[in-house]
Amino acid sequence: MAEQALVHEPAKGFIRKYVFSTDHKVIGIQYYVLALFSVLLGMVLSIFMRLRLAWPMEKWPLLQQVFPTGFVGGPMTPEFYLSMMTMHGTIMVFFVLTTAPLSGFGNYFLPIQIGARDMAFPVLNMLSFWVTLVSLLVMVAALFVTGGAPIAGWTSYAPLSALGEVAGPGLGLGQTLWIISIAIFCVASLLTALNFLTTTLNLRARGMSLLRMPLTVWAWFTTAMLALLAFPVLLAGGILLMLDRVGGTSFFIPGGLVVSDRLISAHTGGSPLLWQHLFWFFGHPEVYIAILPGMGITSHVLSTFSRKPIFAYKAMVLAIFAIGFISYLVWGHHMFMSGMSPYSSMAFSITTLAVGVPSAIKTFNWLATLRGGRIRLTASMLFALGFVSLFVSGGVTGMLLAQPVIDIPLHDTYFVVAHFHIIMGVAAVFGIFAGTYYWFPKMFGRMLNERLGKIHFWFTIAGVYAIFMPMHFLGIAGAPRRYAQLTEFEFLTPLQALQVFISVAAFITIAAQLIFLFNFIWSLRRGKRAGANPWASTSLEWTVPSPPPHDNFGAVEPVVFHGPYEYSVPNAPEDYVMQSEPVREING
Amino acid sequence: MALLLGLFFWLVAIVTVGIFVARVWWLPDLASMEGALIDRQLTMTLIIAGVVFFLAQIGLGYFIWRYRARGTERATYWHESPKLEAAWTIATAVIFIGLGVRGNVVWANYFMSGTPPDAVTIEITAQQFAWNVRYPGPDGKFGRTNPALIDDALANYLGLDPKDTAGRDDIVTQNIMVVPIMRPVRLMLRSKDVTHSFFVPQFRLKQDAVPGMAIQVHFTATKAGEYEIACAELCGMQHYKMRGRLMAMPQPEYEDWLKKRAAL
Repeated sequence: MAEQALVHEPAKGFIRKYVFSTDHKVIGIQYYVLALFSVLLGMVLSIFMRLRLAWPMEKWPLLQQVFPTGFVGGPMTPEFYLSMMTMHGTIMVFFVLTTAPLSGFGNYFLPIQIGARDMAFPVLNMLSFWVTLVSLLVMVAALFVTGGAPIAGWTSYAPLSALGEVAGPGLGLGQTLWIISIAIFCVASLLTALNFLTTTLNLRARGMSLLRMPLTVWAWFTTAMLALLAFPVLLAGGILLMLDRVGGTSFFIPGGLVVSDRLISAHTGGSPLLWQHLFWFFGHPEVYIAILPGMGITSHVLSTFSRKPIFAYKAMVLAIFAIGFISYLVWGHHMFMSGMSPYSSMAFSITTLAVGVPSAIKTFNWLATLRGGRIRLTASMLFALGFVSLFVSGGVTGMLLAQPVIDIPLHDTYFVVAHFHIIMGVAAVFGIFAGTYYWFPKMFGRMLNERLGKIHFWFTIAGVYAIFMPMHFLGIAGAPRRYAQLTEFEFLTPLQALQVFISVAAFITIAAQLIFLFNFIWSLRRGKRAGANPWASTSLEWTVPSPPPHDNFGAVEPVVFHGPYEYSVPNAPEDYVMQSEPVREING
Repeated sequence: MALLLGLFFWLVAIVTVGIFVARVWWLPDLASMEGALIDRQLTMTLIIAGVVFFLAQIGLGYFIWRYRARGTERATYWHESPKLEAAWTIATAVIFIGLGVRGNVVWANYFMSGTPPDAVTIEITAQQFAWNVRYPGPDGKFGRTNPALIDDALANYLGLDPKDTAGRDDIVTQNIMVVPIMRPVRLMLRSKDVTHSFFVPQFRLKQDAVPGMAIQVHFTATKAGEYEIACAELCGMQHYKMRGRLMAMPQPEYEDWLKKRAAL
């Protein structure tokens, strides 16, 4: 095939090889490390949140010394809490959940799994990463500027986010940096999406028909389509918001506002709901950008360690597509209480419940994949099974939140916090962990320690259920989200014990992540050496050495003869048939 | 390990469902007429979601244990089952869309029925971090307001224009709201600065107050008592203590209160 002429010479010198690299594998690892840094930062921010929520009036002398403005008089200030919350959400959604599963694993494994030597546009790929890093640096800078980080939440609703410092601390320079960072991130994601789509469509090896692609590839491909269409809308929204702040326009700011007893005379005619529409038109597909790669990884890992073909491959592909498509038609379910027309709410309610159908199909197929299997509980498999459990737990509450009438009591309460943390937060993180335990040997040539991996799994699964299940009860009892403390209202005071329980569970769970971090770093140098195919898997990345050479396949051009999940084929010599195994050998 | 993990998912299912069934934590006691239908739809959906959740977790736990790797026998070579797939696709579609239609009927009843003619009209104007409550007074008309006249120091929170006679009898309070019970109340929600959300959990009432818009909602309180108004949309630093008191009382007491306020 002509495109294989794209082979490029291995880079020379440390800088071109490991820093400004155009090798998709190096870029994948760079993205992964960026996400690892971000997730650690995001977790630290959540520690601050949990401290304030459980013990709102407690004084923290040590923290006061480090953050004198955040702990005026001893206790954490509410604006410090809100800035931690805003940055936690933003960093987790953009720099962890969007970055690790798509740009990290996708960059590393999409080309190898389809039998390509690199991404279609290697230089563009390098650029995407460095633009993402700039975006992260700008975002982190917001933590250190005068006035502090923004307090408007990761959704940055206007006009709170549009009015500047007059509306509250952190809404000056901090909010400006937030918008700039997000705009840069949009550009980077757009470039990544273009690369993924082109690579998948044009660089597949001989025999790798679309319906022989692993479900991971289908997931990355669909996710890239979502990113391609969703991020430009957020970019446009961000630019308009910026213009409102610095250019004197009024896209989101209506006339006649009086903020802190000051008349805002410079603006007239804007619509706060317009921001919400633009944000969520991006924001809901974004949820699926975070979770679809996790679904792909889970499918891949479940099939591998059940030693069974994935159940209903074609239905799985269709379901991924259906979810991707419908995810564009549901954004209004974030706005049931916003003052949007109640007729629109009815339509969005139906589309939202409809997206549950392909999601349920995937769950049924995962269970059917396990049925009749020979399940090997590796650390990777444990996390994939955890993903299925969490996906169910977070998914069923969608049946409630999809109905506007039920959102009257539940919207903007902890019930929603529980729902999205389980389904797009920790489920996606479980997907990342499943992928990490599965692919680490391929990426670094050494195995992660399985025993530590299992201990890590047990703390994490028990921990996340202990943290997020009780949030449903808080929400049912009416506890609103984004409160710096929940003790100012009589109807909330009986719930404080739950907040303390959640905080303790969170601290233990966060501490347990150190096991993973230790395992990761230790195994890089000391882990058991990995062979080419330690899990007896079928997809193409396992046909090449661990780690793969510069151009992945060396002199041999891979040719594909089988579907991706041929496990336990009757009469085959092994209990798996690799995608590249010539057909005659099986029959012989 | 397989047994342990299976049992763990069973435990998650049983404990979660148990706490919901025992209603250890539950919705605040209902105190509005419209809330009854909301509660019914919520409870019904929660039961269906709970059954799905329970069966899926139990099934997952059972499969993990039942199909754990043992011996040397290979796994079943099983790719698909069109009948099974069609069955669960249709079943979930029917359940989900059915729920959606039912939910929409309740929603339509609530939002599209229009406020009954005998409703009391009260205007709520949210601001960082307080609820301004305005009653039209005996003439039933709200006076003109002008944002330029707003002055918190003079307690003219709404910018009432003194030249408009309709506004002379308007009653304005801050963070105190009184409503009659067993009589529909129509709320006009506005905001002076950023988006807020008017939330009274016992009334199952929540609606954003958006600057530049006047949004109407209605409710009928059924139980006399004191309730709290919470803000449910992030509005800034003191969002967490944007608290109003709401007193629901029988009609005669409500009228007395209005008279007393007017005399102030």
